[in-house]
Amino acid sequence: MTIAIGLEGSANKLGVGIIRHTPSKPAEVLSNIRHTFVSPPGEGFLPKDTAIHHRSWVVKLVKQALKESGVTVAQVDCICYTKGPGMGAPLQSVAVAARTLALLWDKPLVGVNHCVGHIEMGREITGADNPVVLYVSGGNTQVIAYADQRYRIFGEALDIAIGNCLDRFARTLNISNDPAPGYNIEQMAKKGKHLIDIPYTVKGMDCSFSGILGFIDAYAGEMLSGVEKRDPDTGEPITPEDLCFSLQETAFAMLVEITERAMAHVGSTQVLIVGGVGCNERLQEMMGIMAGDRGGSVYATDERFCIDNGIMIAHAGLLAFQTGFTTPIDESTCTQRFRTDEVFVKWRD
Amino acid sequence: MAPPRPIDGTLLKQGAEAHVYKSTFLLPTVPCLIKVRPTKPYRHATLDMRLTKHRCVSEARLLNRCRSMGVLCPAVYFVDEKRGEIIMEWIEGPSVRDFLHSHLDGASDPDKEQNSIDVQLDSLMEAIGQTIGKLHDIDIIHGDLTTSNIMLKRRGNSGSMPEAQQTGPALAITEESFSDFDVVLIDFGLGQVSNSDEDKAVDLYVLERAFLSTHPRATRLFNIILDSYKRNCLGSAVVLRRLQEVRLRGRKKSMIG
Repeated sequence: MTIAIGLEGSANKLGVGIIRHTPSKPAEVLSNIRHTFVSPPGEGFLPKDTAIHHRSWVVKLVKQALKESGVTVAQVDCICYTKGPGMGAPLQSVAVAARTLALLWDKPLVGVNHCVGHIEMGREITGADNPVVLYVSGGNTQVIAYADQRYRIFGEALDIAIGNCLDRFARTLNISNDPAPGYNIEQMAKKGKHLIDIPYTVKGMDCSFSGILGFIDAYAGEMLSGVEKRDPDTGEPITPEDLCFSLQETAFAMLVEITERAMAHVGSTQVLIVGGVGCNERLQEMMGIMAGDRGGSVYATDERFCIDNGIMIAHAGLLAFQTGFTTPIDESTCTQRFRTDEVFVKWRD
Repeated sequence: MAPPRPIDGTLLKQGAEAHVYKSTFLLPTVPCLIKVRPTKPYRHATLDMRLTKHRCVSEARLLNRCRSMGVLCPAVYFVDEKRGEIIMEWIEGPSVRDFLHSHLDGASDPDKEQNSIDVQLDSLMEAIGQTIGKLHDIDIIHGDLTTSNIMLKRRGNSGSMPEAQQTGPALAITEESFSDFDVVLIDFGLGQVSNSDEDKAVDLYVLERAFLSTHPRATRLFNIILDSYKRNCLGSAVVLRRLQEVRLRGRKKSMIG
C-alpha cells in the first residue's frame, strides 16, 4: 500500500490530491481539492498573477487535503509535482512548494508530465484499457495512442490549442471566466441554432484553430460594432449564442474527425477524452456517436478529473514511483516544454 | 444530402472517412472502384454536407488534373457529390507495399539472382521518383504518399489481370517484366493544389517514413527515388533542402501548457 500527494499548478488551477494504491485494487482518491485563479471578463490569466495566486494558496490547500484525507505525514510515500508542460512562473511556484515539502518531511520527489497525468487518471477512473486518447485543454490538443512504453502523438493542433481558441473567443464576447470561459460558451451554445460557415482545417490527423479564431473574432467584432448579420436561409438575426454554437460544432467536428482517423489507423474502438475541454458534453456526445458507429464507446470523466487537478499528478507519480522512479532534489526542475512522448512509461506492458 | 443508396459491389476497405467498393461501371466487363464518403451523424447536417461535397469535388478535380498533365492515376468515371460518391477506374496490380514485401523478403535467394532483381527494382524506384517529380511540378500535393497508395499497373492492360493476382506469390511480377509496369498514384483524398516547398517536402517525408517502415532494406531504394526526383522535378533543389529541415523537425513541435 502506497500513498502519494500530488501538486499541480501548470496553468490557472492549483490542485492538491492524495491517492492510495493497493495492489490489485482500484486506486482510492483520499482527497482532491482545487483553487482556481479567475481573471476578470475580457482578460486571460497572466503568468505573474497566476504564480502569486498559487504561492498564496498552496499551503492552505496542502493542509486541507491532509485533513480531509485523514492521512498523516508519516504515511505519505512520495511528493509528486507537475514538471511540465505549462506556464513557467506558475510551474516554478508549485515546484518550489513540492521541494520544500520533500525537504521538510524528508520524502522522495517525483516529477510528473502533466499530459501523462491526465491520461493515467482518465484510464484509472473510466477503466478504459487501451484507448485512443483525445487530450484537449487550454494548452494542448493531441490525439494519442500507446505503443511500446510511450504515449505516442498521432495528431495534434498545429498552432493554438482548442481550449485557447475557446478562451480567447470568450474574451472577444466578454463572457465571464467564472467558473471557466469554456463552460459559459457551452451553456450559450445550447441556445444557438444557426450554423454560420466557419473555416474547417484538418490535415490528416492534425488540425489548426488559429484561422477559425481569426474568422469568428472578426465576425463577432463586426456584430459588436453594430453590423447586423442574418442567417441566409431563415433571415433571422445571428446572435452571440449562434456564434458559440457554430464555433463548437465546427471545432469539435474537427476533433472527432482526427480522433476517428487515429482509431482507424491503430485499429482501436475505445476513445478516452481527457483535459479541461473534455468536460464539454457536446464534445462527449459527438465522440460517442462516432465511437458507436465504429462499434466502440467513449470514455470521459467529469470536471473533478478532466480539469487540471492534483490527484492525477499523485496517481501518475505514484505509478512511476512504484517502478523505482524518483526525481533527485537537484534535478527537480520544471519545464514549459515537455512532450507527452518523452516519458518512458515503465508501468505499462 | 441525398439519401445513401445501396452500393452494388464488394466492400474492400472501410476507412475513417470513406468506404471503398469494387464494382462494375455500365458494362459488367468494366471493373471500377466506388469511393463513398458516408454521412457522419456526429456532425451538424449542414457542415456534413458542405464537407462531403467539397472533398468529393476536390478529389475528383485533383484526379482529373493529374491525368490531364500526364501523371497516371485512376480516371474519374462519375461524380455524385450530393451522395459523396466518386466512381473511378479500377487499377489492377500490386501496391508498391505488397510488391516490396514479395521481392525483398526473399533474402535467402542466391546473391546473383538478388542482384538482377535489385537492378530491376532500381529502375522501378527511378520511375516512382519521376512520377512524384512530375506531380510536384504541376503543384499537386498528394497528402498521403504511402507505399500503399502507389500502385504498379501492367502497361497496355485496361484492367482484368487473372484472379491469381489475389494469392500471395502471384504478386511477384517476374523479373523480366518489371519494365512493363506503370506507376499509378491512388487516393487523393488528402490532396491539395499547392506550390509550397514545405508541402512538397512533407509529401516526400511521408513517403520516406512509409518506405522505412515497409521494409528494412528499403532505405537504399528510397534514395534512388530521391535521386530520380532531383533530376526529374524542376523545383527539386529547394524541396530537397526543405526536406532536410522537415526531417530534423519531424513531429517535434514543442508545446506550452
